[in-house]
Amino acid sequence: MSIVIRGASLCGETSADILIENGVITDVGTVSVRATRVIDANGLIALPGLVDLHTHLREPGGEGAETILSGSRAAASGGFTAVHAMANTNPVADNANIVERVQERGRQAGYVEVRPIGAVTKNLEGEQLADIGAMARSTARVTVFSDDGKCVGDSLLMRRALEYVATFGGVVAQHAQDPRLTIDALVNEGPVSADLGLRGWPSVAEESIIARDVLLAEYVGARLHICHLSTAGSVDVIRWAKKRGIAVTAEVTPHHLMLTDETVRSNSPIFKVNPPLRTAEDVEALRAAVADGTIDIVATDHAPHASATKDCTWHDASFGMVGLESALPVVLATLVEPGHVSWKDVARIMSTTPATIGRVHGYDAPLVVGSPAHITLVDPTSRGTWSTDRLEGLSTNSPYLGIELPGRIVGTLFNGTETVVDGTLVDAEALRKP
Amino acid sequence: MKHLLSTRDLSRDDAVAILDTALDMAEVRQRDVKKLPTLRGKTVANVFFEDSTRTRLSFEAAALALSADVTTFTAQGSSVSKGESLKDTLQTIEAMGADFIVLRHQHSGAAQAVVDNRWVDAHMINAGDGTHEHPTQALLDAMTMRSRLKGDAARGSDLDDISITIVGDVVHSRVARSNAWLLHTLGASVTFAAPRTLIPRGIDHWGAKVVDTLDEALDERPDVVMCLRIQRERMSSGFFPSETEYSTVWGMTPARLAALPDTSIVMHPGPMNRGLEIAGSVADSAQSTVTDQVTNGVATRMAVLYHLMGADS
Repeated sequence: MSIVIRGASLCGETSADILIENGVITDVGTVSVRATRVIDANGLIALPGLVDLHTHLREPGGEGAETILSGSRAAASGGFTAVHAMANTNPVADNANIVERVQERGRQAGYVEVRPIGAVTKNLEGEQLADIGAMARSTARVTVFSDDGKCVGDSLLMRRALEYVATFGGVVAQHAQDPRLTIDALVNEGPVSADLGLRGWPSVAEESIIARDVLLAEYVGARLHICHLSTAGSVDVIRWAKKRGIAVTAEVTPHHLMLTDETVRSNSPIFKVNPPLRTAEDVEALRAAVADGTIDIVATDHAPHASATKDCTWHDASFGMVGLESALPVVLATLVEPGHVSWKDVARIMSTTPATIGRVHGYDAPLVVGSPAHITLVDPTSRGTWSTDRLEGLSTNSPYLGIELPGRIVGTLFNGTETVVDGTLVDAEALRKP
Repeated sequence: MKHLLSTRDLSRDDAVAILDTALDMAEVRQRDVKKLPTLRGKTVANVFFEDSTRTRLSFEAAALALSADVTTFTAQGSSVSKGESLKDTLQTIEAMGADFIVLRHQHSGAAQAVVDNRWVDAHMINAGDGTHEHPTQALLDAMTMRSRLKGDAARGSDLDDISITIVGDVVHSRVARSNAWLLHTLGASVTFAAPRTLIPRGIDHWGAKVVDTLDEALDERPDVVMCLRIQRERMSSGFFPSETEYSTVWGMTPARLAALPDTSIVMHPGPMNRGLEIAGSVADSAQSTVTDQVTNGVATRMAVLYHLMGADS
């Protein structure tokens, strides 16, 4: 089986053909070989397959909202070829058994590489370390550990976690939220929370944990990753830490790059997310931080929820938004079109660097001969109103419904296998045929 | 106006019209026959997910005075404790035939969510949602201020030139929010006095002045001092250290009353903690409006039901 992609602009720069044989890129340039399949990519941008460091696939335990298969489909349709499955499932991914099962289910689904994230603490309870070594040495080779959804709040336990995870070459991905400063918190603390009488989630609850954790990481000499940065103050702390040489990386979600807490005034729980949507000043600071490299990556925090958990009062609604399908369009709208980053940067923040942080193989030399064919083809000129037709997962809690977004994923190749063809997701049956 | 969810939705003219109707309703309440036939054949459902005997009784009295049928639902011992959602509960109540739903709920935004999602078609009256709003309380407070401070000149007037100090737990108070916005619309000037732990962040745009102590506010000789109820559990949560310290700095004591002009009034939405936010003798003084507020509450709620009914014709 050979595939030729004709005339794609490589990361938005020179146009070339890409030859793929047996899942590997074997030629880039002017390809004259006759291939079994030719993809006309004139006018399209070729990116390395996107890698998400922060995905909630909900399986096991939350199959009403998403499964590993349905989430993999959502990922492929959004141009992803690898996702990291968060540990806050039921049961929690805090032992080798579960992470191996998650990885295997991902392999069976076949749309993307599913990399399990292991919990930092048993049952996410923040008390004892999870089976970190066992997960690291399992066939799932877990390298990212996170209690995401909850913060590792206890300072001593966080120190131990950083040290112990470093023993196995992994990284702790911290959900930075001081638990005491955010009891029953529902929305960014400020004018909106004051007006709506909703309990505020102050920016300092994120910033103070990040400040503590970068200092701990420096002290013990460990790597640290900060999930979903949401405030201008957090950017300042990370910028300071990097200048000091601390081994910290940081992510931002597409929704924190686009939406503000003013959306909360609509009273629609579709905008309820954790950390909460912040102010326009925070959004600007986050965009600038991606542009100057302070923020390393964009990660979706794809958080599917069944409709009943959003068809209720703000208080009762679940936190979270789906985001795999819309990630690249939102990055295009918030970072590329306003001129903050180039397409080459998009390849870095959505593929190369997240793969480096997660130790995912095959992404270090994007779109060059010898690399696995993880490729995403984007039509940057397409624009359309975002609708549930664009969602391939089980849940429809997207905050962009009805909004015009640029860009469309026209093709996705995972290990040389097309998962999206002409903008349409390949169905599971067809995918399994050799 | 089909619903009353927030005082922010009211224009000056809307508010003055409701207050004037409330004056008419108060007159009806003085007659031998204290009822009007306005809502004959209509049903008002009082749906209280949170206990509030006085607000519920006030709405019941108002509905009965307009000849409505009244059904009352309280959360205790109901299907709510079995996990039924707000949506399902309200749809059930409406299916039994409710034209008006008076909703008290512990979550901010509950009444708004019911209307926004069109869970029911009935007229909605927000009778208190979490720490957000309590619009009929603000209207009855405005009626009380207008009547006590303007007497016979009340009808048709707003609260321009009136100064009000609201003292106490602003951050958790739906009464404070509804009052701040309605009073602003009616042209009054509002000052909040509270420890900084009880002032919400981000209220610069409310147009109210914020001071630290009650004495600082009283130096300006306000026309109205409105004491908010202090919940005792706030002490254990570190909002202030003790009852003694609270009443010393923010309590409406006899000495502070004496320092006010005789024409100033002291308000409290009830239920009061005598000796904490308001001294017993202050609550019982001639300058206290506590019982007026209760009386005006029925008239105001009659006026609100009357105006919402008008949206159907």
